[in-house]
Amino acid sequence: MEHLFNQRKEELKEFQSWFNRNKKIEPKEIPENIFKQCGKCHQSIPIHTLIDHLYTCPHCQYHFRLSARERLRQLLDDGTFKELYKNDITIDREDFPSYQKKLETSQKQTGLNEAVVCGVGKINNTKCVICVMDSHFMMGSMGRVVGEKITKSVEYATRKKLSLIITCASGGARMQEGMDSLVQMSKISSAIKRHSNEKLLYITLLTHPTTGGVSASFGMLGDIIISEPQALIGFAGRRVIEKTIKEKLPEDFQTAEFLLEQGFVDMIVNRQDMKQVLGQILKMHEVTYGK
Amino acid sequence: MENKLTAWQRVELARHKDRLKAQDYIHYLFDDVLELHGDRLYKDDHAIVGGIGYFHDMPVTIIAQSKGKTLEENMDRRFGMSNPEGFRKAMRLAKQAEKFNRPIITLVDTAGAYPGKEAEERGQAQAIAECLSLFSDIKTPVIAIVLSEGGSGGALALSISDRLCMLENAVYSVLSPEGFASILWKDESLVKEAAEVMKLTSYDLNDKGIIDFIVKEVEGGIQNNPLYSFKQLDQYIFNELQVLNKKDKESLVKERYSKWRHLGI
Repeated sequence: MEHLFNQRKEELKEFQSWFNRNKKIEPKEIPENIFKQCGKCHQSIPIHTLIDHLYTCPHCQYHFRLSARERLRQLLDDGTFKELYKNDITIDREDFPSYQKKLETSQKQTGLNEAVVCGVGKINNTKCVICVMDSHFMMGSMGRVVGEKITKSVEYATRKKLSLIITCASGGARMQEGMDSLVQMSKISSAIKRHSNEKLLYITLLTHPTTGGVSASFGMLGDIIISEPQALIGFAGRRVIEKTIKEKLPEDFQTAEFLLEQGFVDMIVNRQDMKQVLGQILKMHEVTYGK
Repeated sequence: MENKLTAWQRVELARHKDRLKAQDYIHYLFDDVLELHGDRLYKDDHAIVGGIGYFHDMPVTIIAQSKGKTLEENMDRRFGMSNPEGFRKAMRLAKQAEKFNRPIITLVDTAGAYPGKEAEERGQAQAIAECLSLFSDIKTPVIAIVLSEGGSGGALALSISDRLCMLENAVYSVLSPEGFASILWKDESLVKEAAEVMKLTSYDLNDKGIIDFIVKEVEGGIQNNPLYSFKQLDQYIFNELQVLNKKDKESLVKERYSKWRHLGI
């Protein structure tokens, strides 16, 4: 009898581990012999070494661009992510066929519906709402769906009284959508203001690149603004500025380090320390005095 | 009146050399205007002018993106393209208006925020972001009027309002038709086609529900008969302020949120 009972227990355990298997986000299966070249020091790095180093170069600390999925894997506790508003997809624009084609290509290439993934998850056991932009999807540009998903997530955080983290990686407003993309800036900024009025925490994580309409709205509105090393952060593009002022800009112009010096970001954090730092900030804001 | 010009024709009217500037509107619409200067942080940006004046018998705060009429004026004002201190001046005046319960009238007229080295160093992105956030929650009525050119985040920063109206031949978009054609189609000669696709005219934006009212112009543009448009504008602002001034602060801000929340879905 005892024996049967134990056997049943074992089976149950096995079933549970099988049942939970998908909740942990694993790195994609990649053959052993694939190498990636570092964009800065040009050394070839085996992909598994790269994964172990969280997609930073072991030689020069260069931070590779991350997919939204990989970013979530790095930041969140295993099995805690629940995606929100997953099925929001950009509606066809029959009058602008080349845009529709581009969207479809991006969807196929990235496996995403749009340039942002939103949801709730835990970082070192503290719950928060997190929106992660993916620059592989049309340069992370912000159109109707990106704006709507982020706004809904901010409103969700406000309703549930949760802290909010947005990871920016975007070239700015999505030009193909014209004025509709521009108004996303005001929509998200207003939603964040309401979140802030409820005395809730918003952390912005700026990654390469954060420019245009994204930096000029929610990118710069965090209570605490963190950047990854060497990320490009700015409003206008380098070429546009050089054309306007008719001079060459310094190498480090609009880098995270430059912005730190100018006083526009709170800190630059390496990817290896990012989860710990975010976790600490979230934890510190759980304590409320005089409530 | 129906929409009978092409988008490109309107772009040309919006950029007409005799097109009226913010100063002309301020001169007609407001009395006893006192200009107020500076952002109290760094400098006084001449690309955005502001002050207090009477609208009919009511004190209001005026914040305007102001292009110059001569080359010298335009050099001084960078053709109406503001630096961060311009947006910070706007925010200071908006907070002052809120304190004294004055409605705010903003005049939007810019190709965009200035793409300069110093502008980046002093946080152009941060200034625009703060502006969007502040105007979304300012507890006093705001009416915004797009005069000729509304471009990108620089124009949006002063557009967050309870009522957004536009001159008939003004255009408003995320970038210029030239930029659109050269970036997306790699061919700057396609500006006319770009203007059509971009949906940037007052009629397009009215259809989308982004703007609330179109101020009509006579044939050939407002400069041919300014009074015709000024009178409509005066009446519109007067009527809307009557409505907005009656609202309590909470519902004012709530309705503003919902107005902007439902755009671009």
